[in-house]
Amino acid sequence: MVTLTINDNEIEVPHGRSVLQACEQVGIEIPRFCYHERLSIAGNCRMCLVEMERSPKPVASCAMPVADGMVIHTNTPAVQKMRKGVMEFLLINHPLDCPICDQGGECDLQDQAMGYGFDRSRYEGNKRAVEDKYMGPLIKTMMTRCIHCTRCIRFATEVAGVPELGATGRGEEMEVGTYVGKALSSELSGNMIDLCPVGALTSGPYAFTARSWELKNVESIDILDAVGSNIRVDYRGPEVMRVLPRLNEEVNEEWISDKSRFAYDGLKRQRLDQPYVRHEGKLQPASWPEAFEAVAAALKGADTDAVAAIAGDLADCEAMTALKDLMTAIGSPHLDCRQDGAQLDPSVRAGYIFNTTIAKIEQANACLLIGTNPRREAAVLNARLRKRSVMGEFPVGLIGPRADLTYDYEYLGDNVSGLAKIAAGRHGFSKVLKNVERSMLIVGQGALARDDGAAILAFVRRVAESRGMINKSQGWNGFNVLHTAAARVGGLDLQFVPGKGGLDTNGILDGASSGRIKVVYLLGADEINTERLGDAFVIYQGHHGDAGAHRADVILPGAAYTEKNATYVNTEGRVQLARLAVFPPGKARADWTILRALSDVLGKTLPYDNLRQVRARMVEINANFMNVDEAMAAPWGEFGEAGEVSNQAFTSPVENFYMTDPISRASATMAKCKDIFVNGSEKTGTDG
Amino acid sequence: MLEDKDRIFTNIYGLEDPGLAGAKNRGDWDTTKKILKLGREEIITQIKASGLRGRGGAGFSTGMKWSFMPKEVGVRPHYLVINGDEGEPGTCKDREIFRGDPHKLIEGALIASFAIGANTAYCYIRGEFYREAEVLQRAVDEAYEAGLIGPDACGSGYSFDFFVHLGAGAYICGEESALIESLEGKKGQPRLKPPFPANVGLYGCPTTVNNVESLAVVPEILRRGSQWFADLGKPHSTGTKLFSISGHVNQPCTVEEELGIPLKELIATHAGGVRGGWDNLQAVIPGGASVPLLTKSICDTIHMDFDSLKEVQSGLGTAAVMVMDTTTDVIRAITRLSAFYKHESCGQCTPCREGTGWMWRMMERMVSGEADVEQIDLLEEVSRQVEGHTICALGDAAAWPIQGLIRHFRPEIEQRIADRKARDTKAA
Repeated sequence: MVTLTINDNEIEVPHGRSVLQACEQVGIEIPRFCYHERLSIAGNCRMCLVEMERSPKPVASCAMPVADGMVIHTNTPAVQKMRKGVMEFLLINHPLDCPICDQGGECDLQDQAMGYGFDRSRYEGNKRAVEDKYMGPLIKTMMTRCIHCTRCIRFATEVAGVPELGATGRGEEMEVGTYVGKALSSELSGNMIDLCPVGALTSGPYAFTARSWELKNVESIDILDAVGSNIRVDYRGPEVMRVLPRLNEEVNEEWISDKSRFAYDGLKRQRLDQPYVRHEGKLQPASWPEAFEAVAAALKGADTDAVAAIAGDLADCEAMTALKDLMTAIGSPHLDCRQDGAQLDPSVRAGYIFNTTIAKIEQANACLLIGTNPRREAAVLNARLRKRSVMGEFPVGLIGPRADLTYDYEYLGDNVSGLAKIAAGRHGFSKVLKNVERSMLIVGQGALARDDGAAILAFVRRVAESRGMINKSQGWNGFNVLHTAAARVGGLDLQFVPGKGGLDTNGILDGASSGRIKVVYLLGADEINTERLGDAFVIYQGHHGDAGAHRADVILPGAAYTEKNATYVNTEGRVQLARLAVFPPGKARADWTILRALSDVLGKTLPYDNLRQVRARMVEINANFMNVDEAMAAPWGEFGEAGEVSNQAFTSPVENFYMTDPISRASATMAKCKDIFVNGSEKTGTDG
Repeated sequence: MLEDKDRIFTNIYGLEDPGLAGAKNRGDWDTTKKILKLGREEIITQIKASGLRGRGGAGFSTGMKWSFMPKEVGVRPHYLVINGDEGEPGTCKDREIFRGDPHKLIEGALIASFAIGANTAYCYIRGEFYREAEVLQRAVDEAYEAGLIGPDACGSGYSFDFFVHLGAGAYICGEESALIESLEGKKGQPRLKPPFPANVGLYGCPTTVNNVESLAVVPEILRRGSQWFADLGKPHSTGTKLFSISGHVNQPCTVEEELGIPLKELIATHAGGVRGGWDNLQAVIPGGASVPLLTKSICDTIHMDFDSLKEVQSGLGTAAVMVMDTTTDVIRAITRLSAFYKHESCGQCTPCREGTGWMWRMMERMVSGEADVEQIDLLEEVSRQVEGHTICALGDAAAWPIQGLIRHFRPEIEQRIADRKARDTKAA
């Protein structure tokens, strides 16, 4: 600990802190623009200058480490004058366009100008004008407003790992940009909008749609990947206006991926806002009772053994609970939540979650990636891996498709033979894993969603065990499954899997093709091959007119994640709550209530009438649902099945980061991103 | 006046061979091995005792700087970086060393590297000094050839490598941490301090950055003894110094003189006097563009050393004496410097990026008189808002000449404004 004096108060702070952090500790707020906790220190805005005794010049408090006996003054007239001086410099070339600036109302410069600005300008020259830079479809730039704090440059270089931003020119002519004028190739680029303290970088899709003070918000979670990033949903009236990250050190720190942030326009397109029933080959609008009657009629005509249910990637736990209970009441064992056919073993929880937890990646000392591209499958989690990598001495091995992960790795092949070498200790990386304390592996759905997935799962488990990744005495579990679907862990926790003698997804689809399965209930399942549904009667419950709805015989319109209070479990097994921001459109309803109402019509009334009772039922199925927001350690066990593994190459399940689910597929913003980043059809300066 | 026997730079006019043979003739590379035998501690002690202060402008004790380096070389190697990015307007002393006495620099670099535990020295030369870099490179090659530097420098067993690196001509790269950034291949922008280069410098390793002239005098000090050097000049400003005299003098030159020499004598003896006689003198900038100018009344009596110039609110800087006679529009002259600083500001930190442009624009109005008298105070205040608030000293350097101008020539500025007003009224 270090003892120093700030404004005549003696305080103790841990060694290595900066003066600015020490000031914050005693509740003194130091104005700043360039300083950010998660970025390197630039010290260039000079707003945080404080007086230090025995120093001839004022010091930048963000960059000055604390030392014993330091005497700091933050409230003297001289300090006030310095801040006013810096503020005046920042403002002389900053446009006074706050009324038409999207940052207005949540602008650091605006806020601090209230404290340190003058009410008129002493500068008589012309203000600098800077040409706006092209940074892709997501970030709108207004570079005249830039105050050159370099937060975006540091974010791109340090956190996102795409050093594509920089400053060109010097002095007054210094400009921040990509130089070549191309879209930033980062899945995390939207975070620069949050980091920008002024309106230089603002959200392109959100531009001019709302003022920040008109918005109400709820704290929710994102479900477009399995990370479960914590978000804030900003809405106005019945419309979601934007999605922002919410701080959660355990999960997403303060970042979210571009899909989480920008896919919200998909919530307004392709929506199912009323029930439909197929008559004479065409889907016709129907009332709820008509739709329920159609379902009841179909079920009445089918054997209980000919009824099946598949839950999709965005299904919430309440709905899956209700559907599972309904299927049980009907008497069918054919249900599955693994619509991609991943051979995950629901019997041992440690075998299907990300045991290490995202935050503890930072404590790991080596990592093996198997059949996964975390950058595309879980961009925020990949940022953690990069963060650990930047800290140094973090060897990463990759078995799977080659990719730019934003950090270095050793390539160990693209199929199971690479894994076999590691298991047999015949590869140098095998020793690396064995010799370090706390090593981890991440196995992706690309390795599990195939016919030999169960055998690979067992193989990977043995690798984890033999390479010392499971250390009970230290509480370290380095075995991790990386999911891509927000519903998956919740579904497995709820045992939304085939019952005794039941069919899994493949079995159900085969059964539907062959005619054995007569009725299939799709709970938001769109990523299956709908052609394999054969002649089965398909009930689709969901919120978007996607693949499942096109094939459906009855459509029951459900609610998207911003329109219901719902529970999701992320890849770590962390139970988190999404909250209702706006109501579902038209006649659409929260999903579990639809199933509850349907059960009534079928004469198999489910025993819950409100959310509390559904959640009590969830806890009954799996006590883990009591631990909201916590990632609970799961006991180790035997999982997977011994068997033949094929040498077929691993592939990542996410080829197109920007479109993975019905919401992002309906989003125009994501379509633009797909054009540029996946199809590579970006226009450059030399086009046209 | 400096006697010829005490001169260190004996080929500053380039009359003799700058190569190894010529250098050896002039006494360079003599007993270098013996000097190295003194050991790290003793060399630093002697340099401290000589009172040598850095010749790059700030005037920090060279021996002291060396002593800040870690005593033991750990896992990180030590580096010596030689600042040859001589960009200060009016200054042309290092240029002459490169041209005429490159071996003095190489020998000094060897000794300094030895003293700080570095096996590698990088000499960062201003991009415009292309020919000079060639001369230096030839000298380096000769020294390697002769075994004076290399794996067994001068037979001492000490391994020493010397690399010449050309910059691209940015003034800011003369700032030591910006120079290090540039040397690493990055955009030349000063770093935050702390940490200082002695702890975290080139490639994150302990580094000492020394001016060319500071290093070039080191071998001679150690050969002749620190007392010899300390006896020259004045207390706190010991030894000799290269003065670059330019402007309205009859014979502009770079000359070695004792520190503490009266300015009047310096100009009269070496530069052939002020154009049109001493009484025709208007002002002198005594230490390169960044120090405040002096009026004639101060020049009459001022001595050229660190303390005397500080007393009159100016500085010795790089000892680049710029003489302006009465034909000079002194406001315009300082405005030109403001334009220079605006152009050379790296743009990293706010006060300098925004302030240098603002000051220059106001100065332009002072030149034409299109200003109000109150704006002189505003200009002064803006310069104070820049001074001391920036990451590096460029902000100070941009502010000081303006402050000096206002301090000494305020009546002229006011007159200019009044004249303009009168002219405008008449025209209307």
